[in-house]
Amino acid sequence: MRKCLVEDINSVLAQINKAAKVYLPVDGTDGKARFEEWAEGKEWSNALNTERSAKDFFFPQTENLMEFKTEGKNIEIIDIRSDKDDFVIFGVRGCDVRSFDILDRVFLVEPIDSFYKARREHGIIISVACGRPSETCFCGAFGIDASNPAGDVTVWRTKEAVYWQSNTDKGEELLKKVEGLTDCDEAAVEEEKAKIKKIMDKLPLANLSTEDFGAGKTMELFDSDKWKDLSESCLGCGTCTFVCPTCQCYDIKEFNAGKGVVRFRCWDSCMYSDFTQMSAGQPRLSQLERFRQRFMHKLVYYPERNDGIYGCVGCGRCLAKCPISMNIVKVMKSLGGKDNE
Amino acid sequence: MQKITLESLVEKAVSLLENGTVTSVLGWKKGEFDYDITPAVFESADELKKDFVWNDFCGANFSKYLVSKTCKSEGKILVFLKPCDTYSFNQLLTEHRFDREKVYAVGIPCEGMADINKVKEVVGDGISKIESNGDDLVVTTIYEDAPVKVTCKDVLAERCVNCKSKRHVAYDELLGEEGEVIASERFDEVERLEKMTPEERFAFWQNELSKCIRCNACRDVCPACTCEKCVFDNPNSGVENKAASNSFEEKMFHIIRAFHVAGRCTDCGECSRVCPQNIPLHLLNRKFIKDINEFYGEYQAGAEVGLRAPLVDYTLEDLEPGEVFDRRDNNA
Ligand code: SF4
Ligand code: SF4
Ligand code: SF4
Ligand code: SF4
Repeated sequence: MRKCLVEDINSVLAQINKAAKVYLPVDGTDGKARFEEWAEGKEWSNALNTERSAKDFFFPQTENLMEFKTEGKNIEIIDIRSDKDDFVIFGVRGCDVRSFDILDRVFLVEPIDSFYKARREHGIIISVACGRPSETCFCGAFGIDASNPAGDVTVWRTKEAVYWQSNTDKGEELLKKVEGLTDCDEAAVEEEKAKIKKIMDKLPLANLSTEDFGAGKTMELFDSDKWKDLSESCLGCGTCTFVCPTCQCYDIKEFNAGKGVVRFRCWDSCMYSDFTQMSAGQPRLSQLERFRQRFMHKLVYYPERNDGIYGCVGCGRCLAKCPISMNIVKVMKSLGGKDNE
Repeated sequence: MQKITLESLVEKAVSLLENGTVTSVLGWKKGEFDYDITPAVFESADELKKDFVWNDFCGANFSKYLVSKTCKSEGKILVFLKPCDTYSFNQLLTEHRFDREKVYAVGIPCEGMADINKVKEVVGDGISKIESNGDDLVVTTIYEDAPVKVTCKDVLAERCVNCKSKRHVAYDELLGEEGEVIASERFDEVERLEKMTPEERFAFWQNELSKCIRCNACRDVCPACTCEKCVFDNPNSGVENKAASNSFEEKMFHIIRAFHVAGRCTDCGECSRVCPQNIPLHLLNRKFIKDINEFYGEYQAGAEVGLRAPLVDYTLEDLEPGEVFDRRDNNA
């Protein structure tokens, strides 16, 4: 365990930034936190979490994949990837760290997504424990410990000091390069962890149960008559999917860039009427079906294919951001039987 | 803070259901916390008594839901309308977007709705309860032993701070007292933008619109956006984009939308309320409203059913396009 004083955090970040470019949550003009590149004078936000999730680093909203040039009858395929340098994402919360594991199980299985993989390999994650969770947090329901988040390095912030613990070789290598961190014992961090655990127990969603979801529940839940009420006023806007750290659907398209064709991908949303256009059109004709898809995917289909791991990390963004305040918690409480009454 | 009580709304809804005037009720449904309220359809007295809610967080404007609801249902639907909602209601009727015969509209007075983001700026996260007490909201959090008092006025949603009318312009029946059209200061912020240099203004919008994630919530909630298929959702349109690939496309979506709702936007404020990136979209639309007022005379979309918007109406007094061009010198 290492530590530095709260007032020295900027000089520590400056040193990390010499080893690899650092991104951290910074308050914007609207007072909300977003990840920004570190620079002298940028302050680490006090906000609990960023407006957009950290998945942007590995799975950006838009990304050019390749270019095509035609000359006569020949088509040249150009790989436009530039070599990536290592980078550090500092200040990731436990929920978002878990979201990377969920994305890995999609992008890193055969056929491996080499774009995602390259960024994943270059990314170093410094997580931070949550001193002041929100009422919308329910990471605990998915077995995430907000007092001790995963990542290459874990950080705890108390009033006076910031504590650093490396969890992987990558993390240890990085911390070794930083001067100004002093060795210390675990006492202060243990105290902080206990404090956070107490808060987690007091959260309004502390007892949310996943008991009635997971592998094997498809037939039971798919035809529930509850979906009608739940999806009744859904706007189909897709806000929930775009703020979600684990939503992973994308569309691939080409555009004419004047001298050639560029193939790119961008996030897509199962909530959209033009999602997954097949030759016969979008297979889910009603908003009820689209709405059901999003939540069944997170709570049933994903765990079905991924050793029981749920496709939600309880970050609460869809709770805070849905224009009609409909979200996964309301779905779980409505469909979740006795345990969630 | 609301003067009309939850009980009186439930009572009204139950009696209209029971005497057969309506077969369903469009209302606000209780959430997990006291502020996360969902628009819902209620079909029985039991449902209403259990889940209907009316408090300082009932901002959602139901008018647009009438388009799909009156299309599907056989019977009449009861809708509760705050003063600002009635303008959207009229505008939709003007555009023949729903069947008036299938709606029973009850106007309800509104003292302004709170913005949970502003509440959180004062009390922080961890809210476990919010109660209304006179002019205050009493907020309990898991972090403080004693509840924190917040004055409602200090946490009003932007559109309510600049409320343009407490008068209902449409209803079958009115509960409580009727209010007046208000001389609001809603154009002040637009004037501030007009006074900027073009470079400053460009930077302002660049900063705001670059936050856009193209979730389309602003469009999907907007009562003026009721196209069955938006041009931006149509793969054959050539302009469909699910994400902006550059800063030009970012702006294009918003500018096209602003033009498309110009003269039809009632300034209900839903776009800015729902934007997950807190972009002040209402300022774009208000600029159009202000210009229309200045060019063609005061005009309020939705003030009456059947009004012809200045942009689709020609009069001899209309200003010459050249005059608009001349205004460029003073930045406007
Ligand atoms: S969901 Fe859990 S890990 Fe995420 S911000 Fe809240 S407390 Fe922290
Ligand atoms: S479904 Fe909602 S709570 Fe779960 S990870 Fe996605 S945004 Fe967060
Ligand atoms: S659940 Fe909410 S955020 Fe998601 S598409 Fe429906 S209205 Fe939009
Ligand atoms: S609601 Fe906000 S983020 Fe979503 S498309 Fe509109 S402006 Fe962009």
